[in-house]
Amino acid sequence: MLSNFIVPDLVPAAPELFVLAMACVILIVDLFVKSKERTLTFVLTQLTLVVSATITFYTVSYDKTYTFANMFVDDQLADLLKLLLDLTVIVVLFYARGYIAERVSMAKGEFYVLVLFATLGMMVMISANHLLVLYLGLEMMSLSIYAMVALNRDSTQATEAAMKYFVLGALASGLLLYGMSMVYGATGTLEITEIAQALAQGAVNKTILVFGLVFLVAGIAFKLGVVPFHMWIPDVYHGAPTPVTLLIASAPKLAAFAMVIRLLVNGLFFLSPDWQQMLMILAVLSMAIGNLAAIAQTNIKRMLAYSAISHMGFMLLGMVSGVVDGDARYAMNAYSSSMFYMVAYVITSVAGFGMILLLARAGFEADSLDDFKGLNKRSPWFASMMMVVMFSMAGIPFFVGFFAKFSVLLAVVAAGHIWLAIVAVLFSLIGAFYYLRVVKIMYFDAPIDNSPIPASLDTKLLLSANGLAVALLGLFPHALMYLCAVALISSL
Amino acid sequence: MSGNLLSLAIWIPIVAGLVVLSTGSDRNAPLARGLALFGAILGLVVTVPLYIGFDKTTSAMQFVELASWIPPFNINYHLGVDGISMLFVILNSFITVLVVLAGWQVIENRVAQYNAAFLIMSGLLNGIFCSLDGILFYVFFEASLIPLYLIIGMWGGPNRVYAAFKFFLYTLMGSLLFLLALIYLFFQSGGSFSILDWHQLPLALNTQIWLFLAFLIAFAVKVPMWPVHTWLPDAHVEAPTGGSVVLAAIGLKLGAYGLLRFSLPITPDASHELSGLIIALSLIAVIYIGFVALVQADMKKLVAYSSIAHMGFVTLGFFMFNALGIEGALVQMISHGFVSGAMFLCIGVLYDRMHSRQIADYGGVVNSMPKFAAFFMLFSMANAGLPATSGFVGEFMIILGAVKFNFWVAFAAATTMIVGAAYTLWMYKRVVFGAVANDHVAELTDINGREFLILAVLALCVLGMGLYPLPFTEVMHASVNDLLQHVAQSKLQ
Repeated sequence: MLSNFIVPDLVPAAPELFVLAMACVILIVDLFVKSKERTLTFVLTQLTLVVSATITFYTVSYDKTYTFANMFVDDQLADLLKLLLDLTVIVVLFYARGYIAERVSMAKGEFYVLVLFATLGMMVMISANHLLVLYLGLEMMSLSIYAMVALNRDSTQATEAAMKYFVLGALASGLLLYGMSMVYGATGTLEITEIAQALAQGAVNKTILVFGLVFLVAGIAFKLGVVPFHMWIPDVYHGAPTPVTLLIASAPKLAAFAMVIRLLVNGLFFLSPDWQQMLMILAVLSMAIGNLAAIAQTNIKRMLAYSAISHMGFMLLGMVSGVVDGDARYAMNAYSSSMFYMVAYVITSVAGFGMILLLARAGFEADSLDDFKGLNKRSPWFASMMMVVMFSMAGIPFFVGFFAKFSVLLAVVAAGHIWLAIVAVLFSLIGAFYYLRVVKIMYFDAPIDNSPIPASLDTKLLLSANGLAVALLGLFPHALMYLCAVALISSL
Repeated sequence: MSGNLLSLAIWIPIVAGLVVLSTGSDRNAPLARGLALFGAILGLVVTVPLYIGFDKTTSAMQFVELASWIPPFNINYHLGVDGISMLFVILNSFITVLVVLAGWQVIENRVAQYNAAFLIMSGLLNGIFCSLDGILFYVFFEASLIPLYLIIGMWGGPNRVYAAFKFFLYTLMGSLLFLLALIYLFFQSGGSFSILDWHQLPLALNTQIWLFLAFLIAFAVKVPMWPVHTWLPDAHVEAPTGGSVVLAAIGLKLGAYGLLRFSLPITPDASHELSGLIIALSLIAVIYIGFVALVQADMKKLVAYSSIAHMGFVTLGFFMFNALGIEGALVQMISHGFVSGAMFLCIGVLYDRMHSRQIADYGGVVNSMPKFAAFFMLFSMANAGLPATSGFVGEFMIILGAVKFNFWVAFAAATTMIVGAAYTLWMYKRVVFGAVANDHVAELTDINGREFLILAVLALCVLGMGLYPLPFTEVMHASVNDLLQHVAQSKLQ
């Protein structure tokens, strides 16, 4: 028996293995940590992420490397996304730390361990070359996040959000699994590269396959949070403790993007005419409902939740512009514009939620729009950072959000969908209103409370760097665009 | 040094603005003001060589700078000026100095942010006039909304929030479709964002018409042309004096400049095809808006409507396709920059003392402010288009151009001479002459040295341009003739 066993090549999965091992170690170490602030746990978690990023960086695979019997793939797309993922989580933890330490019910080591397991799940999703591995990664991420949402167990709001997230998430997982089983039925394999080969050879039952595709798209749409699978987004963003919202709003978007690429582009590229149509409807609906509903919000977390829905819709526009009448000439540009949009959105949204954490202090959540009133009088510097974030999200130059929107629009027009581009810019116009309103609240209104900004120095520095990154990437977006394009090309 | 004059004209004010911003709270207000004035003057000084070193004999772009900015999309940092845009760069830098001076004593609240906003806006506006790359133009065009939005919203009047939102969203609506037109042209031209490449690009009539309409939406809002002008009176009334001055003197010129840089040369056939529409809209602006201005009770609103009427004249001049019309329109644009800026400054002088802009609250101002009354007289006359002031030159040239084009258009346009005189001089009469209206007017103090300096400089410009317009027109000739040749050539195949 043993003679058949081949030790798999572990190098491509080294970052994942390291995070897994460290998550277990930290879980045990935390038992012996006495300090209320959990400094050691925090430091170890951050070190884990830094080392994981370093491993990823030094084992960048310039070719596609498969391991674990072709179930796991390491390519430049995976490496880039994992690096960004680690970086995002590191920043998220820095922002979250003060908030967590101030709240007794959350100041436990579990938060950090759960973050690491969620990160591990996302890394597995990014590198999955097999439907079941993808599913495992997805569930690992989701279950960790469900728990994190409910971490503040005395809060009815958080508990309700967690229940809602869990029930709807389970439903979405069911849909995804059902879709996967259909794909398996049609192609006889769960391996993504083999699915693509089976489709290329043409000997598949297309009816079953498209039927399965519908469920896969529904599952993806749920994870991205696009209409009509968006119901959980506002409630969860609103109900979850702000650091958890910050995490949900950033890192999983990168993993969900990887899922889109792995499933739809790597696996089901031959069905692109079918899934493009589906995604197109989802995109337009998301931009419409996201932007319109955001106007009515008074809670900034809810407003950013609806804004996230509209941004995901905009991002999908790039995905629907890849193939026109069987011509895949512009596919690379289109998908890399989507990826650039996603990365730009994550950078911007981390800064946006970071601002909410910055203003929060013990016993006070700064999650109402009114809490930002007169921020310019309290702290001109952070008001300007938030303004940069808002204008970037509205797609006004010189901020990175403009070039994100611009590159997607370029892809949409290249594909000849001019009407789609017009719809997209009109909804951006509507969206500009509520971003402008935040600027108005900060700059034109008088402050309600004049207390100084309580956050620690590292948070302030990091948040400043984050805001400046949004501005500087708007001046020099080229390098990031180039990275996205190179990574995507390598994944095909 | 001469190699990157345009970059200096753009980035000196922006960097100066950031430096001013860093002075922080109002405790350092004197420092902020001093730095702002220094930055604004430095910004003006670097634009002087643009005029001195300008080659009048060529229509080619001068002081060109070209560097790759975003290679995957072939977007370049491509700057250059010709006879059409060069004067606006200087005008803008000049107005910025005046605006910083005008806010010297008036703005006491968040001084550093106020001055920084104007400096940054000045740099962005220079960027618009210098850009030869479509996306670079767009980026400056759009980014310049942010400072003005903040200026109106932070230092504006009671209804400032409404006005700021209306201004921002109205303009954004126009420019988003413009962005799509740019992207479309990128693909039509086989992957170029260069405006100069687009000037040579053959396009089918149908395509041209769609592009023309997309350009028109963006620029008509900015000009503003009737019927998309409604944001302007709101913005002007609510904005602080400095904001109104920049908006009137430079902001409105962006739309007209865009028509010259984009609409006419890129879509010449559509321009001919749809010139009737533009001329009709322009005449409505000239005549109807002129009458609207007549009935205004608020001085700023009156000048705002008068600006729309004057800009109607400018768009009229463009679409008659003769040299007199276009040069007249350009002269009118620069003159309007001086005159409307001066009018808003005069109203600001009164407002600072009385905190009212209602004509009815005034009367007999000449008794307490004789020096001011004299300046205000000159600018009102210029606004009405009196000969020997700059206001006359442009209007006269456009009417001459219109006579060549069509007598009845010229006749309709010429009525502005009467209506314009009526609304301006009637306002002047009610505010300045007559019996002293109330005790507040009787207690008014005349303009101080700073205000005198600002108004005197503008008065010199208005008179100088009215008496001897040659230095302004001679630099335009080559570029305007080239533009006309370009527009006359069909791009259809």
